Amino acid sequence: MAATQKEPVTGAGPLNGILTWVDERFPLIENWRAHLSRYYAPKNFNFWYFMGGLAMLVLALQIVTGIFLTMNYKPDANLAFASVEYIMREVSFGWLVRYMHSTGASAFFVVVYLHMFRALLYGSHRKPRELLWVIGVVIYLTLMAEAFFGYLLPWGQMSFWGAQVIVNLFSTIPFIGPDLSEWIRGDYVVSDATLNRFFAFHVIAIPLVLLGLVAAHILALHEVGSNNPDGIEIKNNKDPKTGIPLDGIPFHPYYTVKDAFGATVFLFIFAIVVFFAPEVGGYFLEYNNFIPADPLKTPLHIAPVWYFTPFYSVLRAVPPMFDSQFPGVALFGAATMILFLLPWLDRSPVKSIRYRGPIYKRWLAAFVVVFLLLGYLGTEPTNVWGQFGPWLGEVERATVVARICTVIYFSFFILMPWYSRMDKVLAEPERVTS
Amino acid sequence: MMKKLLGTLIAALALSSQFAIATESLKLDPAPIDTHDVASLQAGARAFVNYCLNCHSASLMRHSRLQDIGLTEEQIKDNLLFSAGKVGEMMNVAMSKKDAKEWFGAAPPDLSVVARARGADWLYTYLRGFYRDPSTTTGWNNLAFDRVAMPHVLWTLQGERVRTEVILKDPSGKDLGDGHGGVRKVLKLEMVTPGSMSTLEYDVLVRDLVNFLVWVAEPNQILRKQVGFWVLIVLGILILLTWLLKKEYWKDVH
Repeated sequence: MAATQKEPVTGAGPLNGILTWVDERFPLIENWRAHLSRYYAPKNFNFWYFMGGLAMLVLALQIVTGIFLTMNYKPDANLAFASVEYIMREVSFGWLVRYMHSTGASAFFVVVYLHMFRALLYGSHRKPRELLWVIGVVIYLTLMAEAFFGYLLPWGQMSFWGAQVIVNLFSTIPFIGPDLSEWIRGDYVVSDATLNRFFAFHVIAIPLVLLGLVAAHILALHEVGSNNPDGIEIKNNKDPKTGIPLDGIPFHPYYTVKDAFGATVFLFIFAIVVFFAPEVGGYFLEYNNFIPADPLKTPLHIAPVWYFTPFYSVLRAVPPMFDSQFPGVALFGAATMILFLLPWLDRSPVKSIRYRGPIYKRWLAAFVVVFLLLGYLGTEPTNVWGQFGPWLGEVERATVVARICTVIYFSFFILMPWYSRMDKVLAEPERVTS
Repeated sequence: MMKKLLGTLIAALALSSQFAIATESLKLDPAPIDTHDVASLQAGARAFVNYCLNCHSASLMRHSRLQDIGLTEEQIKDNLLFSAGKVGEMMNVAMSKKDAKEWFGAAPPDLSVVARARGADWLYTYLRGFYRDPSTTTGWNNLAFDRVAMPHVLWTLQGERVRTEVILKDPSGKDLGDGHGGVRKVLKLEMVTPGSMSTLEYDVLVRDLVNFLVWVAEPNQILRKQVGFWVLIVLGILILLTWLLKKEYWKDVH
């Protein structure tokens, strides 16, 4: 019996007895060591390595605030809008819970985008972490679904028309499209039936999937070990006696205390938004969403929330072909799906930006610029920058810019096998630098 | 003293609004509101109950909540509760949606969160933007909302104005060109029948009303900022403590 061979727990004071009892019946110490006290992480983590932990913190915040919102929210087309305002006005500190949830949704995407960008900086998607990256992309897509379903629930004008537009995208798919979008809505238009099922997806189905994926993401990470800003494997330099990586330090207590510091700084910024600017100029809470959903009144300008707008811009940049919007929808899908291929597109001999040559650096900079630009353009109507003169057929300037950005966005990925290999790289160090 | 200062401020804004209206797409006048100004909120509440609440509901707002802006339950009951309802009831209207649609062509929207949907500046511009227009069903039109279904409820206070165009002239009296062969015109609202209030008094009234609507749209906003202040202080201390803790633990990492 394995249980009898275990050593008694020490160092927990009065809890030693009970922990020993538990450990004989549950792999408590084994997991504590594998994932915390003897999980060796590189000692040179910088700012970018706060984001993964922060994403977990935001996930926890969203789940807890979500539970409290569910206690007073009514998923009914006649009651939903007023029930959100009931939470804002009459539920004790309901406004705080609601603002934390609405700010949390945006904060989630902020930290996830920074987390993904970290991978592009230091090559965290490269071998042996390809599967870790792939699970991460699935988390990102699931998060988008979670945000989309949740955005319908306040039942304001933007909730309603945003959902209408996005679900209609599916109807452009050849042959099955119209039936598919009707099946998603459960009605011919977005209606009470849609609200009910989106509520079910938002509070149960997707969060369950998300939690499972996050667990898988962490297990995969702890199997291969964390990357670091130098992009070299700390497991290649182990202490011959102990077998511990020379550049590794136990996650607990070193990174638990460091992440606690990062978390409080994050919460400070988070609190500034929650308490002093919860709408963030209409980007986190859109002004039109304070008008109750009205199926008979289409708003002049429908835009998704900021975290979807880069892809929305890609969608709008593609003109209809053969009387169909499908090419735009397909490119919109491809813009997210192409992320899956990243580990195999990158052929550079080094991982970290510190040792890459100028070509990759320039491409990455261009990618960041076009992503932000597409994101901005997606929040505005296409005539935001006016039109070119008759010499260019009076096309909208913003549309032309969005098209150029779309080409650069895809080129960053598609041309990567070539430009990443031909780049002039520096030699990687043996050991991590500080 | 405060009143005088405020008056000067609003007068200055009122002057500048003449030019604001001149642009093709309407530029909104900034609303000089302050949700901490309890006197203004109370005046706004009175104006809201007297002039708005007959047609517009604020169905997410309880009458009794007006205690938050310094009114007693007695004051609310005696002065601000015209319908036979109880003080704990929502600010609803007796008129049904169907009747309203028949009478006005559109049901008057609920005003509970209108300030968050439209913004204070828009409301401030809109409520000061009515003018006579015989071509509309109500006989009124609005600079901020063309052919709006709502008549000018406050016209006895503001007076009647008509829309005119003035050709801008340079100092020598010659017409200013618009650069495309035409002349530069400015839109102007000209008073034909003065109301019971001066322009300044009317602007103060609208300011109070908009101030109240901004508060109604989020009655917890003052509490929110107060709580936020303390939360930031606590988090600030925590940042310092966690930083010191991190430094202590990391002493032996090289």
